[in-house]
Amino acid sequence: MTEPNVLEMTGLTRLFRKGGGLFGGKSFAAVDDVTFTLPAEPCVSSIVGESGSGKTTLARMLLRLVTPTSGEIRLLGRPVHGQKTERIDDMSFRRQVQPIFQNPFEAFSAYLPVIDYLRATARNLEVAEGARAVDAEVDRALRMVGLSLARVEGKFIRQFSGGELQRISVARALIPRPRLIVADEPVSMVDASLRMSIVNIFKRIKDEEGISFVYITHDLSTAYYLSDRVSIMNKGRIIESGTPADVLDDPAEAYTQELMNAVPRVNDRWPEIDRLKAASVPA
Amino acid sequence: MIEVDNVTLGYGSRNFITAVDGASMTIGRNEIVGVAGESGSGKSTLMRAIYGDFSTGLRLRSGRITATFPDRAPIDCSEMRKTWWQDISYVPQGSMSVLNPLMKVHKQLIDGLPKHKRKGDRRAIRRDLETFLAGLDLDPSVLDAYPHQLSGGMRQRVLVAIASYVGPHLILADEPTTALDVVVQKRILLMLVEIQRRLGNTLVLVSHDLGVHYQIADRLIIMFKGEVVETGPTDEIFANPKHEYTQRLIGSLPRLGTRKSTVTALRRATP
Repeated sequence: MTEPNVLEMTGLTRLFRKGGGLFGGKSFAAVDDVTFTLPAEPCVSSIVGESGSGKTTLARMLLRLVTPTSGEIRLLGRPVHGQKTERIDDMSFRRQVQPIFQNPFEAFSAYLPVIDYLRATARNLEVAEGARAVDAEVDRALRMVGLSLARVEGKFIRQFSGGELQRISVARALIPRPRLIVADEPVSMVDASLRMSIVNIFKRIKDEEGISFVYITHDLSTAYYLSDRVSIMNKGRIIESGTPADVLDDPAEAYTQELMNAVPRVNDRWPEIDRLKAASVPA
Repeated sequence: MIEVDNVTLGYGSRNFITAVDGASMTIGRNEIVGVAGESGSGKSTLMRAIYGDFSTGLRLRSGRITATFPDRAPIDCSEMRKTWWQDISYVPQGSMSVLNPLMKVHKQLIDGLPKHKRKGDRRAIRRDLETFLAGLDLDPSVLDAYPHQLSGGMRQRVLVAIASYVGPHLILADEPTTALDVVVQKRILLMLVEIQRRLGNTLVLVSHDLGVHYQIADRLIIMFKGEVVETGPTDEIFANPKHEYTQRLIGSLPRLGTRKSTVTALRRATP
C-alpha cells in the first residue's frame, strides 16, 4: 500500500454570520470550497493571501480550532473533524500536527520561564518520561533551531529577542516529532534581517526531519523562496496554485499579478514612482 | 531643515536606558528621507525626539536637535510642540490607537487642526476638507464614518491626509504601512510620494522594510543599535553598501524572481 497523503482537504467551507442580531444577518464564506492536498513526501506548501482572504480560518481548521461548515480534512487518511469515535484522537492529533503562530510573545506567558513550556509539551504529549528524558528531548528540539537547553533555561520571554523567541516556538513544535507544522505568519513579526534565518530553519527541518509545512503568509518573497508549492487565496477561495515559479513568475490570474506588482522590491522600482519623481526634481 | 547633532536619547532617570547613542544627521528641504533599522535600533525614539514628544519618560541626555522651518527662527526640539500640525506633522503606525473610536472622523479632524485653521465656519472648513480628500482620491464620505467602520488601510490613508492637510514643511511617518497588505501599502506609499512632491516639503519615513525604502526614499539613513551607521543617496547605498550591517541587511533580502539565497552572493562579493 502506498503511504497516505499527509493532508487532504476536500470542499472545505466555513461560513460566518455577519451582523443582524440573533436570527437575521447574512452568512459569508471565510473559506469557500477549498480543495488542497499535501503529498506523503515532505514539502512546504504556502497559502498566500491578504488579510481577510480566509487563510487564518483555513489554518485554524487545520489545527482543529475551528470546525468546518462543510467539507472534510484528512490527516494521513484519517478525518480531523467529526464525531469523537471517528476522528483522530486528541493525543495523536497533537503529536502529528503542531502550530507556530505569528507573535511568540503571546504564545508564551510572561510569568513563567520559557523552558517550562517546552518541558510541559514533552510531558503532556508523552514524548518522554522522567526529568532526564524530558530534558534530553527538549535539548534535541532546541538544537535543531540553533539553541540549547542551557541557553534557554531559567529565562523569561523578555530576556529573548523576537527572533530567538520565535525559534523557541519552532523548537516547541518539534518536540513531539510531528508530521506537519502549520505556521501562520511565523515571520511577519520578526525583523527583516532575521526572517531568512527562520525560513532557512524550516527548510532544514523539512529536509532533515521529513516534516511538512503549511506556510501561511502574506509575504510573497519568503513564500517564493521557501515553498515547493504556492496557493494564492482570495476571498475564501484558492484561485491559483502550482510551483512558485509557475504561479509567481507567470501568474494566470490578474489578482496574483496585482499582488506581485505591489511587492516593494529592491532593484525594480515601480514605474509610478519614477513618474511622480520625474515630474519634480528634489532640491 | 533638521539638524541632529551628537544626540543621546533614552528612557528613565535613575536607570537610564540608552536608545540612541551619539547620533548625528541632517534632514533637508524637499526630500524623502528613509530611516532603516530593525526594532530596537532607536529609529522610533529618534523620530519622537525630532517631533519633540518627550512624554512617557523619553529624555534627551546630550546633544542638540534644532529645526529651522521657513519664515521662522530656529527652534530647539523642546519647543517643537508649538509647531505641531503647522510646520510638522506625524503619521503613526497604529491608526486605531490614535483615532478616537467614539467620534466621527470629521469631528476629530477639525478639532485637531491648529487654531488658525479652525477659525471660521465649520461647514466651510468641511467643504475645504472634502475637496482636499477628493484630490487624494479619498471619498469624502469617510468624514462621516467612525474609525472602526473604515478598513485599516483606509484609516491609514485618512491619517496621511490629515497630516498633510495643514501643509506642513515636515511629515514624519513611523512605519505607516507595516500592518497592511501589499496592495494597500503600495497605494499609501504612492500617496505619500505624491503629497511630498506636490507640497515640495520633506517626508521622513521610518521602516524596517528595505523594499519600501528602495521604492520611495531619495536618501537613506541606516540605524543600528542606537547609532547612525550609514547615510547616502538610496541608489548608492543599495549599489555599494559600506557598513558591514548595511551589507548584511541588503544581503539577507529574499528576492522574488531570483530563487537563490543572497547569502552566497554576499560571500562571493567579499574576497
